[in-house]
Amino acid sequence: MTAVGIAGVGLHPFGRFEGVSATDMGVIAVRQALAEAGVGRGGFQAAFCGTAYGGVASGHRVLGRLGMTGMPIVDVEAGCASGGAALMLAAGAIRADQYDTVLVFGIEKMPKGIIRSSFFEPWQEEAGMAATPAYFALRAQRLMQTSGVTKDHLAAVVVKNRRHGVANPDAMFRAEVDAAAVLASRVVCEPLHLWMLCSPNEGAAAVVLKRGSDGVRLAAAVLRSHLPGAVLNESTPMAGLADDTIPAPSTLAATAAYEEAGLGPEDLDVVECQDTDAARELLSYEELGLCPAGAAAKLLDEGATTLGGRVPVNVSGGLLSKGEPLGASALGQVVELVHQLRDDAGPRQVEGARVALAHTVGRGANASVVLLTR
Amino acid sequence: MPVTVAVHEGLLADGDPPHLLGSRCRTCGGHHFPRHQTCAYCASGDVEPVELSSTGSLWTWTAVTAAPPGYRGEVPYGFGVVELPEGIRVVTRLTEPDPSRLRAGQSMHLVTAPLHVDDEGRQIVTYAFAPETPETPETPETPETPSTPGTDR
Repeated sequence: MTAVGIAGVGLHPFGRFEGVSATDMGVIAVRQALAEAGVGRGGFQAAFCGTAYGGVASGHRVLGRLGMTGMPIVDVEAGCASGGAALMLAAGAIRADQYDTVLVFGIEKMPKGIIRSSFFEPWQEEAGMAATPAYFALRAQRLMQTSGVTKDHLAAVVVKNRRHGVANPDAMFRAEVDAAAVLASRVVCEPLHLWMLCSPNEGAAAVVLKRGSDGVRLAAAVLRSHLPGAVLNESTPMAGLADDTIPAPSTLAATAAYEEAGLGPEDLDVVECQDTDAARELLSYEELGLCPAGAAAKLLDEGATTLGGRVPVNVSGGLLSKGEPLGASALGQVVELVHQLRDDAGPRQVEGARVALAHTVGRGANASVVLLTR
Repeated sequence: MPVTVAVHEGLLADGDPPHLLGSRCRTCGGHHFPRHQTCAYCASGDVEPVELSSTGSLWTWTAVTAAPPGYRGEVPYGFGVVELPEGIRVVTRLTEPDPSRLRAGQSMHLVTAPLHVDDEGRQIVTYAFAPETPETPETPETPETPSTPGTDR
């Protein structure tokens, strides 16, 4: 199969930036990525822009600022996996010999608080059923009922990721927290306390993909949606089947990505996964095959997923430290992992990292798994 | 008494007890809620309307402590998933807003619950599930009646 390489990456920090538009942030990330790749005007044949809230022609607005239009520019919405979806389309087009260089970027500027989504119908909002954190909480409760996960584990995920985030200048929260403080933050939806939930925020990220295999390679970029019937994965139906054997979209995406790349979870040196809430990270350990079902708490307890452990997870600080600008978050993970594989991630560097996985999952449901190698 | 109006038509059949309005696929046998025209499991168009069981067991639960977007009622309120004998799990409000008073697998029954009074003075209601017997009744001397907390009829 045609090799696809990462020729350049760029990032606008994640946080809150009053007076700075999503377009402004996109311009900064895109210019950085293009400069790194040594690609100028006319140097890429297509652009895909991930965004969930940007509105019509978001990608055009960014590239219009740079006079870099004329090629196909396509906005991609796949909830939290929007950036991963954009990457999948770009990589597929290169592999199909349609293009040899493609710009992929993601931008978002989200209001504070519980995300309002056109996903829910007005009556569902009126009935109090558009409470996104409540769905996270229902899933967390199930995880606690069916495995050894306790509230202390949820707090420990936050402590770990916030400690990692101290070393990330592009993160929104850079102060360490202890478990007592996490558990002292107010309960949003039992068992989830405020600090166990990531903040929707603002930011942008960009990646230039190029045919060829210099440097970091994109070994797989897979997107999967949910299978029918599951009630608590991110598709958020009002009802589903009483069937616990339906695989989650993240499992589907991971399985396909490992197969495509000829790799397995045992090959991973570093992982960035969707920690929209602390329980979501633990669930991802299982769905991505980092541990057997029911063993997420043990993996965390052993320190395997802490920087310095066997398979460090969210060394960037994760979304719990960075916040989550929907369209940009998946590509933000890729930017982090490219730095890890280039061995230039500074104090949060995973020694000798050669294989990396980025995972996002959200509304739709859509799950994306990206494998990077060097 | 204000006029009582369901938050959305086609969710709930008024009655004693009330029922959720669902559908059943004649091809794969799967049940749906809300009512579908096509089967969300197997794509069949051969779907019949049914009334779903008004009792089930609690599968998972939480409470919402801050008003989510578009919500005008009171907080906190219970929220969870109830498994019905038809083999489906329904996402629902719960009348019990204290998660510590609920347990996995406990019997639940369907009620209508008040949401808010709208601009025209009408009481807007929705479906909710209530515990079959409260875990720790606050007023044990009160005779047991079907009027559990959150029930308005």
